[in-house]
This record gives sequence, C-alpha cells and structure tokens, in this order.
Amino acid sequence: MRSATETIVVPKRKVERRAVPPRSKLRQYLPFYLSIAPYYVVFLAFGIIPIVFSIYLAFQRWDGIGRMQFVGLSNFVLALTDPVFGKAVLNTFLIWIMSTIPMLFLALILAFFLDQRQRSKFAYQVCYFLPNITSVVAITLIFNSLFGPQYGLINLTLTALHLPAVQWLTGSWAMKWAISIMVIWRWTGYNALVYMAGLQSIPVEVYEAGRIDGASTIDIFFRITLPLLRPVILFTVISSTIGGLSLFTEPQVLLGNNGGVGNEGLTMSLYQYWQAFASYHFGYGAAVSWIIFFIILAFTLLNWKIIQRGQN
Amino acid sequence: MVEYGPRYKRWIVDLILLIGLLASIFPFYWMIVMATNTTSDIYRLPPKLIFGSYLLTNVAHVLQNISFWSNFLNTAFVACTVTVLQLFFCSLAGFTFAKFDFPLKNPLFVLLLGTMMLPSAGSLVALFVIMADLGWIGTFLPLIVPSMVTAFGIFWMRQYALGAIPNELIEAGRVDGMGHLRLYWHVAVPALRPALGYLGILSFITAWNDYLWPLIVLINPKLYTLQVALAQLNGVYSTDYSMVMAGTLMATIPLIIIFFLGARQFIANLSAGAVKA
Repeated sequence: MRSATETIVVPKRKVERRAVPPRSKLRQYLPFYLSIAPYYVVFLAFGIIPIVFSIYLAFQRWDGIGRMQFVGLSNFVLALTDPVFGKAVLNTFLIWIMSTIPMLFLALILAFFLDQRQRSKFAYQVCYFLPNITSVVAITLIFNSLFGPQYGLINLTLTALHLPAVQWLTGSWAMKWAISIMVIWRWTGYNALVYMAGLQSIPVEVYEAGRIDGASTIDIFFRITLPLLRPVILFTVISSTIGGLSLFTEPQVLLGNNGGVGNEGLTMSLYQYWQAFASYHFGYGAAVSWIIFFIILAFTLLNWKIIQRGQN
Repeated sequence: MVEYGPRYKRWIVDLILLIGLLASIFPFYWMIVMATNTTSDIYRLPPKLIFGSYLLTNVAHVLQNISFWSNFLNTAFVACTVTVLQLFFCSLAGFTFAKFDFPLKNPLFVLLLGTMMLPSAGSLVALFVIMADLGWIGTFLPLIVPSMVTAFGIFWMRQYALGAIPNELIEAGRVDGMGHLRLYWHVAVPALRPALGYLGILSFITAWNDYLWPLIVLINPKLYTLQVALAQLNGVYSTDYSMVMAGTLMATIPLIIIFFLGARQFIANLSAGAVKA
C-alpha cells in the first residue's frame, strides 16, 4: 500500500511545481542567495560603512570622546603642511625602493637557479617560505637583537672584518636599511616561489628553440625568460607596492610610535596610527588615511602603466 | 626547464641556492641560540653561537612577566574561530557561485572581485569608531566578525569547485531530494577538501600573526593576543634579550608546526594561485 501511495504522490508534486512557477522559483533561489549573503553583509557593515563614515570624519575635529566639530578642509591642510608627515611620505618611498628592488632582484635569481635544479626543490621551497609565515613582530624582535649597536651579531661581524660598525637603530640611513633588510628577508622567498611558478609555466620547447639558435644562458634569461615572466612580475610589483607603502609593524616594533630618532623610520601608516590611536586625533587620522589611500592608488596605477608600456 | 651546463655551473647553482637557504634559516637559529642562553652569554666577546641550557629559565621568566598561557589561548581561540567560520562561509558561497545559476549571479561575483582591490587599512579609524559604537572594543568580536568571510576565500573556493565537483554528482543528489545545505555537506565538502586545507592554513596563519588591528581594539591586557603581548614584553624588558627571544620562540613554534604539516600542499597551491592571479 505504501509504495502505491508514494507513486501517486510524486507525480502530483511535479505537476504542482510546474503550475506555480514564481513561488517555487523563489524557493529554488533563496538558498543560493542565503549562501552568498554573509560576505555582502560583512562587507557592507565593515567595508562600505567605515569608508563613508571616514569621509565624514575627515572633515571633523574629534578626540573620540567629546563632540565632533566641523572644520572643513583644515585636517587635510594640516596634514599636507606638516613637515613630519612629509618626512613620513619620503621615508616610506625610500624604504620601498631600498627594499623592493633588491628583494625582487634576489627573488628572480633564486627562482631562476631553483628552477634549474633537477633534484628535489621541496626543502628549498619550504625554507625560503618560512620567513613569510613568521609574524612580523617575531621577526622584528629577532632582528632587533641582530642590529644591537655594540654586541649585535651584525656589528660584531663587521668589527671582526675591520669594517666600521653601523648604528642600525639611530643612524638616519641605517634605520631605513634596518627596516628594508627585514622586509627583504621576509618577502624574497615568497616572491621567488611566485616567480618559480611562472617559470614552470613556460613551455620547455621555447628554451630548446633558443638553445638550437645558439643562445647562452644569459641570453636565454634576458631574451626569453624575462619577457615571458612579465605578467608574474607585474603581480609581484603591484603587491609589493601596496604592501611596501602600507609598512607599519616593522618600524613600530623596532623604533616606536614616532619612528625613532628624528622620525627617520616613520612611515605613512605609522604616522596615521601615531596620530589617530596614540594621540587620539581621530578626525585628523581619517584625513591622513585618505591622503595615504590616494598616494598608494596613484603610485600603484603608475607602476602598472610603466610595466604595461614596457610590454609593447 | 633549462638544460644543465658544465659541472662547475651546477656547483654555482647549488652554492647560490644554499646561501639563500642559510640566510632564510639563520635568524631562526639565532632565535633558538638566544632563547637557550643567558643574555650575558650572548652579549660578550666572543658571543656564544651554539645552543645553551637556559631555555627553561628563560621560559620561566616569560611566564612571570606576561600571562603567556592566557595570551596563547586568546590567540588560539581567535585563530581557530576565524578559520572555521571562514572555511564554512567561503566554501558555501564558492560552491554556490561555481555550480548554480540564479538571477544577478554574475554582477554579484564581479562586485565581489572588485572589493578585493580595496585596501582595508584606509578606513581603520572609522572602523574602530564603529566597533566602539557596537560596544565591541575590548572583546574578540572585532577580530572575528570582519574576517569570518573574505572575498579571496570565496574566489579561491569557486575556482577550485568549478573543476572539482562533477555536475552529475549534484544532479544525482537532487534526484535523491537533497536540499542545498545537504548537497554542500555531502557532495561539495568532500570534493573541496584540498582547497579547504590551503585556505584553512592561510587564514589561521593570518589570524595568528595579526598585529595592528588587535593592538588597536584589544584594550584589555587580559585579551591580548600573542603578538601584542610580545611587543609589550619587548617594550618593557628590552634589555633581557634571552627572555624576549624565549617568548618569541614559544609564540612562533605552533605556527611553524602547522606550516610544516601542510607545507607540500600549501606550496603547490601558493604557486597555482599566483600564476592564475
């Protein structure tokens, strides 16, 4: 009896479904919308609303507790005329150049050689990637001891080699190099792995053709490998631009909220943190974050254009 | 792959790779050397360059100066919660985007990709104020809720689901009368396991290492995560390097273990992700 009723019920349902399509359509789509909804809700609440609110905030004077006071463009004027902020912008770009160029160059060399190694590459890949998964705070603390003025290992080595010791934590250029060295150490392996993935996607035949035409290894590297790697290089340049221009933790942990002696290690993001969260100038901090946003955006687009143009 | 040159070239290749490897490893070695010696053994001429026997003493000092275990539990709690939520929400959304059709699907996906380009640090002040208005400052919620589902995670899961889940399996599940959630659980999750592994390790590492945002929102020292506590430890006891290094070692080891457990898969996926992007 049971099986008989079932066979009757099933076709009946099907008929009903076809008879009222709008209602069942909604029922059909609802689970899909609910599945993707969390992201849009989170993004609206913690992505869009803060952006809109920070536009408003940038035109106010506010210490976070009292009443907000509309001050027009004066936060922006204040930031753009503050020599300390100017110094932070300059420092950020100097550190970006001092770290990104050696880092990507070393990464390319490591990737090129690692790709040539025919025995297992896995141990190398793991070790090269290890710095990247370690927290920036931990890295900075380790390097802080290596950079010690008298008994730091780097200065001990320099002295042993009869070279002058470097004041890593107080010298105006040495501080920038100290930050750059930490960035280089943390990101070279990551970029090498990215480049290697790009190298592996270049077909073997291209190299073989080059060999047959009598090209040397150096010819092959500059004439074949580099041009074919261009999209991957673009990816690494763009991500290093965004990352490098938002540098915060290294200088904050190594040198403190004000970027150390003479603000020589102060970066844009650290300046924003210092002003907003350590000095409670919330409106001013919001204005500074907008200036930083446009600097990063403009510079990223500029990089993009330069590399794209090189392609033609 | 480039053909191997003469024998001496092979030596040069191996030498350069080895220098790179030593440079990557040395700071870790140095961290352990410092954590297992006393500060005065390290800061003398010539310094001690090998492991010592003071690890437990240094660890004891760390435990005296910061509430390490509660910081550790805070970090583990936040990182695990973020990871579990992210795996669930990202894979469910990625699976839905990859395998089903519904009105406005494509515009919604393009919007999602667009949001990946927005830098998040731009509105930190405003985000903090909103968290304060919600009464979430001094709780873990600001660390968990905004990170519980990410555009990259959904994108990653969708890309993987496109190729990993056969349509026939979904059809078969539907014929059996499975609803969307049951299809997700019984058909999608088993097929998505490798992609879940990568996303899981990635989100765990990111949450574990996060510093700026926890520093801003965790006002109560009882709630400090390890990174914030470590930075404070260094700020107060910066002359006792061995103790600070012992703390750093204790905060880093769990992460390195997790990385090694999933390293093979992690590196394979990292490469794949970078080339696709």
